[in-house]
Amino acid sequence: MYHFLFVPLTLGLSFMLVIMESVYVLTRKEIWRTITRFWGLLFGINFVLGVATGLTMEFEFGMNWSYYSHYVGDIFGAPLAIEGLMAFFLEATFVGLMFFGWEKLSRPAHLMVTFMVALGTNLSALWILVANGWMQHPAGAEFNPATMRMEVTNFMEVLFNPVAQAKFVHTVSAGYVLAAVFVMGVSAIYLWNNKWTSVAKRSMAVAAAFGLVSSLSVVVLGDESGYALTDNQRMKLAALESMWHTEKAPAGISVFGIPNVKEQRTDFDVKIPYVLGLIATRSVDQPVIGILDLTDKAEARIRSGIIAYDGVEKLKSNPEDLAARALFEAHKSDLGYALLLKKYVADPRMATNQMIVQASLDTIPNVPVMFWSFRVMAGLGFAFILLFATAFLMVTFEKHNNRLFLLACIIAIPFPWIAIEAGWVLAEIGRQPWAVDGVLPTFLGASSLTKGQIWSTIVGFTLVYGIMAVIEINLMIHAIKKGPYQAKFGRMHDDPDVSPTDDPAMPVVGPAE
Amino acid sequence: MELPLDYMTLRVIWWGLVGVLLIGFAIMDGFDMGVAALLPFVAKNDSERRTVINTVGATWEGNQVWFILGGGAIFAAWPFVYAVSFSGFYLAMFLVLTALILRPVGFKYRSKRPGKAWRRNWDWALFAGGFIPALVFGVAIGNVLQGAPFSFDSDLRATYHDMFLGGLLGLFSPFTVLCGLTSVAMLVLQGSTWLGLKLEKGIVRERALRFGLFAALGVILLFAAGYVFIRFSGLGFTVVGSVNSGAPSNPIHTEVVPAAGAWLNNFAKYPWMWAAPVLGFVGPLIAIAGQRLRSDWLAFSGSSLAIVGIIGTVGCSMFPIILPSTVDAHSSLLVWNASSSHLTLFIMLLVTLVFLPIVLFYTAWVYKVLFGRIKTEDLRTNPDLY
Repeated sequence: MYHFLFVPLTLGLSFMLVIMESVYVLTRKEIWRTITRFWGLLFGINFVLGVATGLTMEFEFGMNWSYYSHYVGDIFGAPLAIEGLMAFFLEATFVGLMFFGWEKLSRPAHLMVTFMVALGTNLSALWILVANGWMQHPAGAEFNPATMRMEVTNFMEVLFNPVAQAKFVHTVSAGYVLAAVFVMGVSAIYLWNNKWTSVAKRSMAVAAAFGLVSSLSVVVLGDESGYALTDNQRMKLAALESMWHTEKAPAGISVFGIPNVKEQRTDFDVKIPYVLGLIATRSVDQPVIGILDLTDKAEARIRSGIIAYDGVEKLKSNPEDLAARALFEAHKSDLGYALLLKKYVADPRMATNQMIVQASLDTIPNVPVMFWSFRVMAGLGFAFILLFATAFLMVTFEKHNNRLFLLACIIAIPFPWIAIEAGWVLAEIGRQPWAVDGVLPTFLGASSLTKGQIWSTIVGFTLVYGIMAVIEINLMIHAIKKGPYQAKFGRMHDDPDVSPTDDPAMPVVGPAE
Repeated sequence: MELPLDYMTLRVIWWGLVGVLLIGFAIMDGFDMGVAALLPFVAKNDSERRTVINTVGATWEGNQVWFILGGGAIFAAWPFVYAVSFSGFYLAMFLVLTALILRPVGFKYRSKRPGKAWRRNWDWALFAGGFIPALVFGVAIGNVLQGAPFSFDSDLRATYHDMFLGGLLGLFSPFTVLCGLTSVAMLVLQGSTWLGLKLEKGIVRERALRFGLFAALGVILLFAAGYVFIRFSGLGFTVVGSVNSGAPSNPIHTEVVPAAGAWLNNFAKYPWMWAAPVLGFVGPLIAIAGQRLRSDWLAFSGSSLAIVGIIGTVGCSMFPIILPSTVDAHSSLLVWNASSSHLTLFIMLLVTLVFLPIVLFYTAWVYKVLFGRIKTEDLRTNPDLY
C-alpha cells in the first residue's frame, strides 16, 4: 500500500515526460527541454522511493507469506520474475541515462531513452497486475496433491486473465490521472503566483489533455468487467453495493445508503434503477446476486471442499488410492473452501455444522468499508473528468488565469491519491478472506513467525518509510519552490521567462497528443 | 502437454541459471556496494565524495535489478527455497532491505541539499547500504552451508527451530562470519577495481587501489581459510540413497544427512569442478597483476573472475543440495525436490532466453554511452551529476 503511493505518479509522469520531450524534439524549442527536465527532476525524486519500496515487495512474500509462497509460487513467482527481467531492467537501466545523458546523446536518442523508462514502468505494472489478477481470479492452475500446492496448467490463461487485463487498464489510467492532476496543480500554483508562466501554461496544456483522456478511460474501462466471473468477485460487487439480497433483473445501483451489518440490510437506500444490472451483467435480464445467497453457496462449497480435503489426506498416505483420487478430482475446485475451516479446527473433516455456517459467513468482506471506499473512488473519478474537461476548455480558450479555476486545480492535488488508495482498499479488502480467491485463505498464507519478529519489521519499515516520505515531500516542495529555472538548468540555455504571452505561435496542445 | 526438455534437465538448467543470476548480481551490484562501502575511507571531502558517487551514479539502479531479479527467479524456479529461506532469515533480510533502501535514496537525495550535516548523514547511509548487504549476504551463504533448522509438516508448511527463528544473532557463528568477511573483501575488491577504471589519476584513486590490494590479499586468505574450515570441521551434508530426479517436488521423499567433509565430495567425483576454486584464487591474483601492470581492465576482470570462482565453488560443492535442514532429514531442499513444476520451469526458461540477451545488450549500450573516467571538473560543468 505504501509502495502504491509512489508508483502511480511514476507511471503517469513518465509518459508525460515522453510527450513533453517529443514536443521538444519536434519543435526544437528550448523551453520544452526546460519543461521536460523540470518534471524529470520531480519524477526522479519520486522514482527512487518507488524503487526503494519495490525492492521490499519482491522479497516480502517469502518473508511474511511463506506458506502462500509455497502454495502458489509455481504460478505467482513467474510474473514477478518476468517483471524483473522485462520491465525493471528496462526502466532502471535507462533511468540513469535519462538524467545523465542530456549531453551525451542526440535529441532523438534521448527521447528514446525516456520512452524506454516509461515503457518499463508501465510493463512492470502489467506483470504485477497479472500476478494480482490471478489472486482475484485464479485461472489456469490446479491443486497437485503430490506437491501440496497449486501448479500451472495453462500459462496463457494466467497471462490473458480477464481480471488482470481490466485491472491493468484501470490502474495504469488511474496513475495517469494522478500524474496529470499533479502536474496541473503545480502549474496552477505557478500561474497563481504569476511565476514561470510560460512553463506552467504549457505543462498545464499537456496535463489537461492527457488527464482528460486518462480520466475517461479510468471510468469507462473501469474495473467492472470482471465482476461476474467468480463467486468472490460477485461477493465483492454485492458488498460494495451493500446488497444483501439478490436483486431481480435489471438491478438498480445504490447512490446512497448506510450499510447495517448487524441486521444485514441497508438503511436509507436510494437507488437508480437499471444501472447496476447494466454494469455488472451487461444485460437487462440477468439478476445481480446478493450477499446472503452467495454465503449459502459458499456453505455448499465448503461441504464439497471437505470431501476434496479428505481425498488429499488419503492420497498423502497412499498415492495409489484410486477411490480417494476420484473423490479429490470431483471436488478439487472447492478444496480452498475447506481450508476456511482451519481457522476453527485443525482438521476440516472434524468441523461442526456451526463452524461451517460461521466459515461461510467469513466469506463476506467488510461491507461498510467496501461500500464507502467505492463511493469515494467513483465520486472522485467523475470529479476528475469534470476538472479535466474544464481545464481543457480553459486552456484551449486561453482562460487559464481564472483564479477560481486555478484554486480548484491546486485543491485537487491530493485527491487522486485518496481515490487510488480507496481503489486499493476495494480490491484488497474485497478479496478477503481470501489470499487467492477460492484457493487459499489469507490467514493460512502467513509465515510461522513470532509476534516479536513481525512487529520489529512492521515498526522498522514504517519508521524508515515514514522518514523517507517526509524527506521526499520536503524535497519535492523545495524543488517546486525553486521552479524550473534552477541554477542547474538555467545555465544551460538563455531562455528568460519574459511574459505569459511569449511565443504565441506555440501550439497550446503538443503535437504528440 | 509434451515438453521438449525433460524435468531433470530443466532442473539442472535452472540450478545453473540461478547461479548465473547470483553471479551477475555480485559482479554488477557488487561494485556499487564496494564503492559505497569504500566511500567514507577513500574520499575525504565533498568534491572527492561526489566524484566517487558519480562513478556509479548513473548505473546503480540498473545493477540493483540483478538483486530483484535474483529474488524473483528464486521465487519462480524454487518456490520452496524462496518460502523457507526468506522467512527463516527474517530479520537478516529485514536488515539487508533496510540498508538497500537507504542506498537509492542516498544517491538521489544527497546532492539535493548543500548542508554539510545533510551530506555527511547520507554518506554514512550509503556506506551502510554497501557494507551491510555485503556482509549479510556472505553470512547467509555461510548459514546455507551450515544448514538451517527448519522442517516441513505434511502440508509442507515450514517451521523453524532454535536460533534460526530466534533472530539475527543465531546466524553468526565463526564460520558464517568468515563467509561474511570473504564476501565483504570480494565486493570491496570489486568496488576498488571499478574506481580504478572510472577515476582519473589522483589521491582518491590511489587510496582506492591501496584498499583493493588489501582486499585482494584478504580474499585469498579468507577463501583458503574457508577451505580449511570445510575440510577439518566436519561440516557437510549428503543425500542418502537414490533420488528420482524427475519426481514431483516434495522434500518428504528424500533423505539428507550430515556427513563430515561431504562438501568436498563433488570435486572428487567431477574433477572439472576444480576450475571454480582455482578461479577463486587466480582471480584476485589477476586483479593484483592488473594493478601492477597499470591495466585497469585486467584488474576489474580479475576481480570479477574471483566472484565467478567463489560463488561457483559454493554452488559446485553443494550440488544437488540447495538448503540442508539440520533438524529433519526429510526436509532438506534439493535441485530435485524444491523446483517449480515442469511447465513453469520450461516457460520461464523461454522467457529468460529471449529477454536476458536483450537486457545484456542494452545494458552494454548504456555503459558504452557513459564510457570514460569521471573528472573532478565535471562536477562544476555538468549540472546533471549528483
